[in-house]
Amino acid sequence: MSVLQEVKTLTINGREASARGDETILEIAREHGIFVPTLCHLHGLSPVGGCRLCLVEVEGANRLLPACTTRVGEGMVIRTDSDRLKGYRRMILELFLSERNHTCSVCVSNGYCELQSLSRDAGITHVRVPYRYQRYTVDASHELFVADQNRCIMCTRCVRVCEEVEGAHTWDVQGRGIEARLISDMNESWGDSDSCTSCGKCVQVCPTGALSEKGKSVAEMSKRKQFLPYLTLMRDKWK
Amino acid sequence: MTPNNKGRAGNGNGGGNGPGSRPAADHCVRVCKAAGCVSAGSEEVFAALSDALKQSGQSVNCEVKGAGCMGLCAAGPLVSVEPEGTWYREVTAEDAPAILNSLGGEIVERLHLPTNTPFFERQERIVLENMGRIDPERLQEYLDADGYAGLNKALTEMGPAEVIDEITQSGLRGRGGGGYSTGLKWGTVAKAVGERKYVVCNADEGDPGAFMDRCILESDPHRVLEGMAIAGYATGASQGYVYIRAEYPLAISRLRSAIRQAEREGYLGNRVCGTPFSFTVEVRLGAGAFVCGEETALIHSIEGQRGTPRSRPPYPAQQGLWGCPTLVNNVETLANIPSIVRKGSAWFASIGTEHSKGTKVFALAGRVNNTGLIEVPMGISLREIIFDIGGGIPGDHTCKGVQTGGPSGGCIPADCLDQPVDYESLAGLGSIMGSGGMIVVDDTSCMVDVAKYFMEFCMSESCGKCVSCRAGTSQLFDLLDKITKGEASEADLALLEELCDLVKHTSLCGLGQSAPNPVLSTLRYFRDEYLSHIVDKECPAGVCSIHRDVEAAV
Ligand SMILES: Cc1cc2nc3c(=O)[nH]c(=O)nc-3n(C[C@H](O)[C@H](O)[C@H](O)COP(=O)(O)O)c2cc1C
Ligand code: FES
Repeated sequence: MSVLQEVKTLTINGREASARGDETILEIAREHGIFVPTLCHLHGLSPVGGCRLCLVEVEGANRLLPACTTRVGEGMVIRTDSDRLKGYRRMILELFLSERNHTCSVCVSNGYCELQSLSRDAGITHVRVPYRYQRYTVDASHELFVADQNRCIMCTRCVRVCEEVEGAHTWDVQGRGIEARLISDMNESWGDSDSCTSCGKCVQVCPTGALSEKGKSVAEMSKRKQFLPYLTLMRDKWK
Repeated sequence: MTPNNKGRAGNGNGGGNGPGSRPAADHCVRVCKAAGCVSAGSEEVFAALSDALKQSGQSVNCEVKGAGCMGLCAAGPLVSVEPEGTWYREVTAEDAPAILNSLGGEIVERLHLPTNTPFFERQERIVLENMGRIDPERLQEYLDADGYAGLNKALTEMGPAEVIDEITQSGLRGRGGGGYSTGLKWGTVAKAVGERKYVVCNADEGDPGAFMDRCILESDPHRVLEGMAIAGYATGASQGYVYIRAEYPLAISRLRSAIRQAEREGYLGNRVCGTPFSFTVEVRLGAGAFVCGEETALIHSIEGQRGTPRSRPPYPAQQGLWGCPTLVNNVETLANIPSIVRKGSAWFASIGTEHSKGTKVFALAGRVNNTGLIEVPMGISLREIIFDIGGGIPGDHTCKGVQTGGPSGGCIPADCLDQPVDYESLAGLGSIMGSGGMIVVDDTSCMVDVAKYFMEFCMSESCGKCVSCRAGTSQLFDLLDKITKGEASEADLALLEELCDLVKHTSLCGLGQSAPNPVLSTLRYFRDEYLSHIVDKECPAGVCSIHRDVEAAV
């Protein structure tokens, strides 16, 4: 038996739990009905640890650890809900909201947006840092879909689903820091992309209104992510 | 030191580096060929000296040779004359005949650079021991200076575990910033299971103003290769990569020719030094992104991916290049290895303080008289560095502090200058040892402006993968900008502190985790300067232009 499959025992929010060595803290938390907010994580895609919402406290670790990428260890003592973590999560959500343009009232995903629901749950009524309102042109060149980077939070779920599940690698990231943004193919408009198979997986995994189907109006774009667990299950079963 | 072919490997074909049977000349004139002096015109000086020597019809028995960085870059181009040990400063091509004519007689007084000054005498050289003394482009000169003797000793007299033990005993800690024990890291890689393992030399050196690693590679490239080969032997790796930024063309070409020479003479390649050990080194060029110095981003970059860091663990020692155990060490760390193996761990451990052994190379810059490259024993005080070696502050200005560790470090105020330079005490002061950038700040600088400069750097070098660093550094920069313009309120100061705490504790990699350090340390020691900008709308140093109409509007 590989070391990773050994059973570990640990404590999470004061409750004792057991886990397989190859499980992440996030998986264990979810198994035990403990809610840890996430935006970049999506079951079935490789974890990146970019949104920093899932950070948890682990006793003895010299810094906060992302639950989505950290494997459990024997005897770990984990806290997911301290006031300090709640304070950080709130500020991180505010940073997300300040980066581009998240005016919900005119967004296709109003009511279905993960950023919106996490912010509502965190009780965010206003943003303390100034809005940056970076301006991006909307790419409506694809016959079925629209990309509006003004709503993008750089979670890179679309990049990963396109590369890891569809195998097309249409999406990637260009630029650094606050200038980083999504591009399709070699920075061409989406409609001109040779690699895009128009499968729409990127649209369905996008947590906000950045990628949407054409013809959807305000508050009409609900996403169907169910395909991903199914594909993952089949993939793992026949591996 | 005898110039016999000590440690020379079996399959060498003679190469082109041998001194032959030519007797040594009476005098050797060396011209610094490192980037600082080259940019001041040392190539022309070298050509002029060679021409003048030819024209003199060999009436003087003399050789003209190149040399690596001689240290006092501020006075370049530098020229030295051996065996007299005379140094000349700010030499021009026209000075060539005068220097040649002086050989064996009176020195050229107007160019003379005395070397009995604290700048030279207070330094202790291990990593830089060959700098200015050997021609970096000639393997034979490195061999004559005991080069590759450490590798030969490791391969023929020691087992891999013994080498690791020796490095652990020496107390050497990583010089790339973190200060992690080098021996422990080597031990982890050696123990990690994997068919293939790699050694990576981190020569990305992204810290603005720092040029230690560049100088080492330009002046003594074989030393780093020897360190890598020893590391490969100790950890069980047979392939090494040097990741170096493309902005260092001179270092790259020296490194490449050093690799070719070492391969030809059997110090790299198959059957190193005639033993079963094989080790090859390849050079990988980076596009000069600060974040690519972070080890996981560096590994992604070598693999041909976008240079973004990933969460650790797993550490590269377990899963690095292409998933194989990988040792990542800094240039200076590796450059210490040959001396430790050659002279023993006890010798190395006798230098420095209890927890910080050996020496550290610093690039001394900013408001100080002697800017340049220095190597000092650990434990020396900052005051000695700035006032003895650095020759103090130019003009009648007073020293306000010193920034160590570049954009990841902090500013240490003038009243803490008596603290010793070691990993723990610098960390206690809110800064870090860093990779060796040291910028002296005097009363003409505004500390808010200094903090803003480093934040701007971090903001533009952030990779954009995690939100805390991507959005956090840009919000921090905007806040600092607002303060320097006199537009900020005390609420903004509170927000600045809250954001610093967030970015420090929630960012994915070291870039974001350390980006707030310059702000936090200036807030700790120079809070009154922030308050002057905010409350009195005034910049005490007169650096920031605060528009009065803003005040009127408020
Ligand atoms: C943003 C960032 C930049 C870094 N840049 C460098 C660098 O330029 N050179 C370097 O040797 N280490 C750099 N490091 C440290 C490396 O990640 C790594 O710790 C180091 O190369 C390990 O070598 P050492 O143990 O010999 O110090 C950087 C780290 C961070 C977080
Ligand atoms: S879900 Fe873990 S960092 Fe985003």
